[in-house]
Amino acid sequence: MLVEKTKKDEDEVLGKDYIFSKRGVMSSSYLIKNGRVIDPKNSRDEVADLAIRDGRLVNAEDEVSGSVVEIDAAGCWVVPGLIDMHVHLREPGEEYKEDIISGCRAAAAGGFTGVACMPNTRPVNDNRSVTALILELAAGASARVYPVAAISKASKGESLAEFGDLREAGAVAVSDDGLPVRDSRLMRRALEYAADFGLAVISHSEEPSLSHGSMNEGAVSTRLGLQGIPTVAESIMVYREIALAEYTGKPVHIAHVSTAMSTELIRSAKKRGVPVTAETTPHYFTLTEEAVEGYNTNAKMNPPLRSEEDRQAVLQGLADGTFDAIATDHAPHSILEKEVEFDAAANGIIGLETSLSLGLALVREGVIDEKRLIELMSLNPATVLGLEAGTLSEGAPADITIIDPRAEFHYTEDKVVSKSKNSPFLGWKLQGRAVLTMVGGRITHNLFD
Amino acid sequence: MTTGYFFPHRHILGIDHLSVDDIHHILSTAESFKEISSRPIKKVPTLRGNTIINLFFEPSTRTRLSFEVAAKRMSADTFNISASTSSATKGETLIDTARNIAAMNPDTIIIRHSFSGAPHMLTRYVDAAIINAGDGMHEHPSQGLLDMLTVLEHKGRLDGLKIAIIGDILHSRVAHSDILGFTKMGSDVFVYGPSTLIPRALDRLGARVCSTLAEAVADADVVMTLRIQKERQNDPLLPSFREYARRFGVTRDVVALAKDDALVMHPGPINRGIELMPDVADSGRSVILDQVTNGVAVRMALLYLVMGNAPVTG
Ligand SMILES: [Zn+2]
Repeated sequence: MLVEKTKKDEDEVLGKDYIFSKRGVMSSSYLIKNGRVIDPKNSRDEVADLAIRDGRLVNAEDEVSGSVVEIDAAGCWVVPGLIDMHVHLREPGEEYKEDIISGCRAAAAGGFTGVACMPNTRPVNDNRSVTALILELAAGASARVYPVAAISKASKGESLAEFGDLREAGAVAVSDDGLPVRDSRLMRRALEYAADFGLAVISHSEEPSLSHGSMNEGAVSTRLGLQGIPTVAESIMVYREIALAEYTGKPVHIAHVSTAMSTELIRSAKKRGVPVTAETTPHYFTLTEEAVEGYNTNAKMNPPLRSEEDRQAVLQGLADGTFDAIATDHAPHSILEKEVEFDAAANGIIGLETSLSLGLALVREGVIDEKRLIELMSLNPATVLGLEAGTLSEGAPADITIIDPRAEFHYTEDKVVSKSKNSPFLGWKLQGRAVLTMVGGRITHNLFD
Repeated sequence: MTTGYFFPHRHILGIDHLSVDDIHHILSTAESFKEISSRPIKKVPTLRGNTIINLFFEPSTRTRLSFEVAAKRMSADTFNISASTSSATKGETLIDTARNIAAMNPDTIIIRHSFSGAPHMLTRYVDAAIINAGDGMHEHPSQGLLDMLTVLEHKGRLDGLKIAIIGDILHSRVAHSDILGFTKMGSDVFVYGPSTLIPRALDRLGARVCSTLAEAVADADVVMTLRIQKERQNDPLLPSFREYARRFGVTRDVVALAKDDALVMHPGPINRGIELMPDVADSGRSVILDQVTNGVAVRMALLYLVMGNAPVTG
């Protein structure tokens, strides 16, 4: 068994006085042995050892001096740390739902070493002081935090935020996520101006006049008597962003794509060479509108869960490269927002702790292969956001996730690490999970213990 | 009813959850209660000592009164709680109200709410039987049942009838309950209205969406019209009532396309001269007042049947 083996090896190497980060101290050197190393950036997929010294990956052949903690990863995958490019950490302002520390703990438990947090906090992250505060609060957290700042001041869609300042303060992208940018001229200017500072622009694509509703418009909304949001509410805006990117030549990233039509629009735009990238979420490729049955508020999010036809199209988009990333749109809400009538309930679900398992299910089902999964969950989000991450190259920061693809776990409310429990996957038996997460050579999650 | 049948439901949340046997049983129970309403002393002691609460988050005179009369004829104690819709827009209100009411140990709560699914949620917070008296755009099961009872009385059957439903299908919980109920009982339901008021995938509920008024009404056994609203939440559904009346209103000429003995129905309250012309509403074919009478009988049956499934205590 993995755990005992590791223990024994460590004891042999270190005697009794080594201490894991869990107990407060970190070892400066690690040797991750016998794992299947999957590193798409370097086209690597082989059983090998990985050495870590002073927080960075070093050549495993080299003599590693001093105390070395050996981790036996036989039977596991060793991959570049997972990155979730779309989460809501709720701090500052709604710490009763989640805070940066608790959200990063959930991230680590789910195998993530980095998360990009959306700016719809209170106050909105639309100026350098909020960005700096977020980074300050994130110091010592269990994951790297990459702040996404607002496109417009207070995300009101009226005037641009100061992208130069925000970039300097540490923002990696801009988005008015939670709200669409209604004004097409403002969106055009955002694409143009953000490119000057190397900031990615992330679009929450939604045509507001069509999106009054609480679930997907279709057979289920008709049966449940809930006002429906048509798929075109999303797709119309996706096309606007593509048109603006094509016209200006500036890149745009489409967040949380949920429909067949949007997927096709992005696919054909990419074929024409438009600088567009896109993400979808585990809930769109796993669930459909049927999950709302019984007025389940944990199946309420925006965009809403769609039809089986849309789900199939999203799977196709994951397989054929239309989608660059899997992101969770992790959106914690307390029972105050969720234990209410369906129409009154807040949009959003948590996702950090289930994303990897649901992604691994795609590999088991043959939708994508292992390499593609790691591209979607690590390399590509790092590339879109311009991060020094997503690879196991020598010299890179030691952000590493060890995955046991066979480990089974029953995701129940008492096991949820996030402060909020609003997941539609509660009660699911999931297969495959992160057994160890390491951020810059520091262990943030460890089931080997 | 076949022997061995027992009514299995603790709550009446929608027609969707009722089987054909359940509907038969409710209608025959209602039929037997109708006799009480024709007695000189219109009261039986069946539900004496029972507490029934009318919890209405939307203004309603007819449905609330109908449930209240039904409860009183069976000697239950009834209480009315009206919460304004504005205070109910915050979800906590329903749970808080429900918990307060639960502390008074009611046997049955009759709820109307502007949010679909509110009665379902209530079942999770109180022990009482819950009867849905209309939730959002979802269902209005007692109305669907009284419509079925009315048609059954006049036609002697539901199976094989053609039911035409004309008007705002999208927002009408009555239409949803009627479509589900009549199709379950073997009727063919044809609907027609402006395309802005026809929900997507309506055929999956079992209704056939027609492209002309004539197609919907031709040889129909029942012509049912629904109350029309010009605008909802700034959604421009119709340009004018005038044009609606002219293009979609049910006139004498329209009814002439139906069978000679076709029934004219409307769940009320009627916009006379808009969705239904006054001469049709008051014609010999109109059974609109029978619907009201049957409403009390159906609601007596529902109160009686859910009470029979109260958990045994003591
Ligand atoms: Zn969003």
